[in-house]
Amino acid sequence: MFKRDPWHLLLLVISALLMLPVLAVVASLLEPQWQTWRHLADTVLSGYVLNSVILAIGTGIVTLVIGTALAYCIERYEFYGRRWLRWLALLPLAMPAYIIAYTYTGLLDFAGPVQTALRDTFGWRYGQYWFPEIRSMAGAITMMGLVLYPYVYILARSAFREESQQLRMAAMSLGESPHMLFWRVSLPLARPALFTGSALAMMEALADYGTVQYFGIPTLTTGIFRTWFGMGNETAAAQMSALLCSVVLVLLWWEQYSRRQQRYHQQTLSSSTMPRQRLSKGKALLMTLLCMLPVLCGFIIPLLQLSSWAMLTWHDSLTNDFFTLALNSFMLAFGGAIVTVIVALFLCYGKRIKPDWLANAQVRIASLGYAIPGTVIAVGIMVPLTALDRGINAWLFSLFEWRPGLIFSGTVFALLLAYCIRFLSVAIHNVDSGLARITPSMDQAAKSLGRSTTSMLRDVHAPLLKGSLLSAILLVFVDILKELPATLILRPFNFNTLAVRAYEMASDERLVDAAWPSISIVLVGILPIIFIMRALEKN
Amino acid sequence: MKQRVLVWLCALTVAVPFFSQAQQLNVYSARKEALIKPILDKFAEQNDVQINLITGGADTLISRIQREGELSPADVLFTTDVGRLVRAKQAGITDPYVSTELQKHIPANLRDAEHHWFALTRRARTIMYVPERVDPDSLSRLEDLNKPEWQGRLCIRSSSNIYNQSMVATLLAQLGSDATQQWANQFVNAFARPPKGGDRDQIRAVVAGQCDVAIANTYYLAGMLTDSDPATREIAKQVKVLWPNQQDRGTHVNISGTAIIKGAPNKAIAQALLDYMVSEEAQSWYAETNGEYPVREGVAWSQVLTDMGQFKAENVPLEMVGELNEEALKIMDRAGWK
Repeated sequence: MFKRDPWHLLLLVISALLMLPVLAVVASLLEPQWQTWRHLADTVLSGYVLNSVILAIGTGIVTLVIGTALAYCIERYEFYGRRWLRWLALLPLAMPAYIIAYTYTGLLDFAGPVQTALRDTFGWRYGQYWFPEIRSMAGAITMMGLVLYPYVYILARSAFREESQQLRMAAMSLGESPHMLFWRVSLPLARPALFTGSALAMMEALADYGTVQYFGIPTLTTGIFRTWFGMGNETAAAQMSALLCSVVLVLLWWEQYSRRQQRYHQQTLSSSTMPRQRLSKGKALLMTLLCMLPVLCGFIIPLLQLSSWAMLTWHDSLTNDFFTLALNSFMLAFGGAIVTVIVALFLCYGKRIKPDWLANAQVRIASLGYAIPGTVIAVGIMVPLTALDRGINAWLFSLFEWRPGLIFSGTVFALLLAYCIRFLSVAIHNVDSGLARITPSMDQAAKSLGRSTTSMLRDVHAPLLKGSLLSAILLVFVDILKELPATLILRPFNFNTLAVRAYEMASDERLVDAAWPSISIVLVGILPIIFIMRALEKN
Repeated sequence: MKQRVLVWLCALTVAVPFFSQAQQLNVYSARKEALIKPILDKFAEQNDVQINLITGGADTLISRIQREGELSPADVLFTTDVGRLVRAKQAGITDPYVSTELQKHIPANLRDAEHHWFALTRRARTIMYVPERVDPDSLSRLEDLNKPEWQGRLCIRSSSNIYNQSMVATLLAQLGSDATQQWANQFVNAFARPPKGGDRDQIRAVVAGQCDVAIANTYYLAGMLTDSDPATREIAKQVKVLWPNQQDRGTHVNISGTAIIKGAPNKAIAQALLDYMVSEEAQSWYAETNGEYPVREGVAWSQVLTDMGQFKAENVPLEMVGELNEEALKIMDRAGWK
């Protein structure tokens, strides 16, 4: 069977590797921890689950609203600064959720400059006035929404842009007003892309550790850490990860289900771009201000705060091996992104050319990694890889009386594998929805012309997929740059990254000292955004 | 493009200096890089050793060493609390080191009776207050916070935090399970807000007036007093330290410490490093940089700590703290300490 179908064999090997941590988590269920679970169920478990679900749904709604509205305004209306906003809107992607949370806490907390200024100005004291509590569920949802909305925005924009002009013309000729076009034509057509974007944001919210930990919100992820490290019960923690995975599974199923109901194949080869609607001066100005808001709150304000902190410490921070750190982070993220997107392409392509239950299951299971907290993935990787290393060492020792040491578990290999597992779902979603937009009749045409599977991928699909691949690389790159727990655990000796340095300082509440590494993450994260934005425009 | 990617990927794997021929020492540290690397560098220079450092959470480092087993390159583990040292010993990944140097300079209750781990600094957990709003005489014991007058006036961080877990664990060791549970049940009534943030945040909240007292480790205040941000220094100056339980069991003290890993490939150098860490030079730098109290008698405290005053410390065998950690956590869960 495999001789005739090398794709299948390759896919099986890849997905087996990708499933390692999930298997480790599932295997933990074989070892029930009744006593610990009884204690958890009596005390904190319902809170964990409830908070995780609220956080995910809230983040999903906020990103959906911001991302869709922003994308639609930018694609359909003409207003001041629209061309700039097109890519400015992507900038929050470069801002890690935990960094923005620290920044806004510094700004808006009771002891922060904003509230202090209010108290000084109006002579208020504690309890005499109401101010939104930043370290709350609403605060966490806002923080996540502000940095995660680009997931929806990117996909929504390309969906709106690829929308065929004929459909709009038809709707208009049937008497729809231009504003109703959004609800009646654009939104239904863009729905698969929108759901994908917000599902990604929700998974990110479910896996977040840094923000909720800092805000004191007990969720499943903090619960996993607490059970693991506080109670020292690794198995129960792994079982809690299984619970978290099942929440994500529901989310994934819902996302897939909502896409299955209707499948859209648009033929969008007409290169004529849709004319954007012109607005009156007042309205245009208002729209500029509204569209500026997400960028302002999600990027510019936190960056200004970080900069003011950075100004205080430049003489201490910049003397260090800063460029080494930046280079490390950049190379790691780039390498990881390339590997991840290649793997995603294999999986999605396998599913397309042979959409049987196995291929579907592989893609779906590979997507699960996104929701598993980095720490759990890291340990889930370390168990099998260390076992492998031990096996190799024992074998070589028996042959040559020589031990090479830790080959896989102690090197960058483990780190790249963790990134691949963790961020594959981002890549898959992009590649998959890109492939879904290529109508199956193209495949049939290519095959009827005698093209092999590989040559079809290279000559037909790859050029059409370029945009999706680029945005997949962008998203994974930035995600890896921001990734923390897995990097902390798996990185080899003397291998520090900007994120690790920023985290070490910030978790020590030395926000001022975290400013330089944080700003560097943000700035390095901007570079590929600019590059890929340009490439997308050219398309 | 493709070639460049390949070159980068190769560079990535090669760039990691993994095994080289020079004399090496592999350090796993839960202490942040900036707060330990300079002293390691000094040791490396004096002894012509190459030190490889990896930092991370203590628990993740411990489980990493456990998994790596006999292949682990780890020689020395540094942690910032006693609970993790005990956990490492219980996990069977540490080796005893009988050293006259260490025994001479580290008080007996601050090191493992079986020579598995050693304290390098002490960290005190105190009550902090703003003198304008709190009369320090009205608060001499931790238990005083359970009185009705203190309801809704205390800021303290989450029960997920190891310092709080260790504090409750020492109470457990001294008062027993029932009394500690009763204490915890009332203690949560003193909270001014649901626990959030770190120790520095509690100190800030006290100054801002959200609460009147906070529980925090002294080195956080010390760090704020020497912070690069003038606003932070200004906040810290308004806070005073109150040493609880001076008439009875003493103030809660945790430690930062170290242990040698079982099967350490470079054991002799590892042992030399531990001896070096209690030298006057190392003790003075390490304690001062971290704002903590040196374990070695006669090493001067930093000026900031001297200004906070002398105190009587709890005298609990520290290994109990690690052993009682899980029960402490359950007590806090039951009391509703978030």
